[in-house]
Amino acid sequence: MSNLIVPAKEIATNRRGFLTGAGQATLSASAVALLVGCESMAAGSGGMAADVSILNVALGLEHEAINAYQIGAESGLLQQPVLNVAVLFQSQHKEHADALMATIRKLGGTPVQAKNKAEYAQALNVSTLKNQTDVLKLAARLERGAANAYLGVIPSFNDKALAQVSGRLAADETMHWTALAGVLNEMLPQKALSFGA
Amino acid sequence: MKFHWSWPLAIAVTMTTAAQAAGNAEHGQELWESRCTGCHSLDTNRVGPKHRGVYGRKAGSIADFAYSPGVKNSPVVWDEKTLDRWLTSPQDFIPGARMGFRVGTAEDRGDIIAYLKKESGK
Ligand code: HEC
Repeated sequence: MSNLIVPAKEIATNRRGFLTGAGQATLSASAVALLVGCESMAAGSGGMAADVSILNVALGLEHEAINAYQIGAESGLLQQPVLNVAVLFQSQHKEHADALMATIRKLGGTPVQAKNKAEYAQALNVSTLKNQTDVLKLAARLERGAANAYLGVIPSFNDKALAQVSGRLAADETMHWTALAGVLNEMLPQKALSFGA
Repeated sequence: MKFHWSWPLAIAVTMTTAAQAAGNAEHGQELWESRCTGCHSLDTNRVGPKHRGVYGRKAGSIADFAYSPGVKNSPVVWDEKTLDRWLTSPQDFIPGARMGFRVGTAEDRGDIIAYLKKESGK
């Protein structure tokens, strides 16, 4: 597991801050990369409201993931090196959220706000988590769900650039799931094409 | 009566059709857990509304969930037919819906619907 760990400090220095003229928001490098990939999205094209609503649901999912890792990290149930991995994965979910918010704004939408941590704790039933394995199982379940969610919405996007973004996000979540399944000693899927709709 | 080679085949075909019509709730549960739980739980609202009891309920009727106006105001009641159309392409079935998640194969949709029906006590 130790080879999976990147100190949080290193992640922080790898992230470049960008100032955009529009929102004056600081965007992570990956957010900028996603936006560049979406230059083709001219404002006003058909089906954009539907695309924005799918992106906002995805943003809701990322907010939940960020909070789930926060709750896990603060639970006192995670030991090193697992704690570092959780922090790394959380930072990647934050980058996803940044990227989605920037894209939603660019398309003229309003990004959904995160709920408060207590609401996530209740919705995810975290009071039942008793040890590190419980926390990791929840994380693995959410990551697998997120990977499948991103794959399952691909055919609904009107804009192919956004469909590709969804595929890239699914790949990150799959990577997270695979690492967590490894720590949990879970069997890898025996059959191909186990992900997706 | 003489045995004909096509009988086992005919029986197998009949059984598959029957299984599909009813939907395999066990397989449906597996699919639901891997495909739907990114956004839904049975008993709590998350990114999507809670699912227990969804079969037989009017669309958009969980009081403390913030639905899109499209789903909230839809007259649709969730049954085999409407759920099948929803899971085929939610935004084509109810314009303005926020869920974009599609289930591509009819058999998987049938199994998931059988599971939702079971969890709704129907
Ligand atoms: C990417 C997140 C996401 C995934 C994955 C997802 N859903 Fe949804 N679902 C939603 C959202 C958001 C809504 C609310 C839609 C609205 O208000 O427009 C919803 C609504 C629904 C509804 C209507 C419920 C009601 O109370 O009227 C049903 C039924 C449903 N989903 C079934 C499913 C099933 C079955 C799956 C898995 C095959 C699934 N969903 C996967 C996000 C998702």
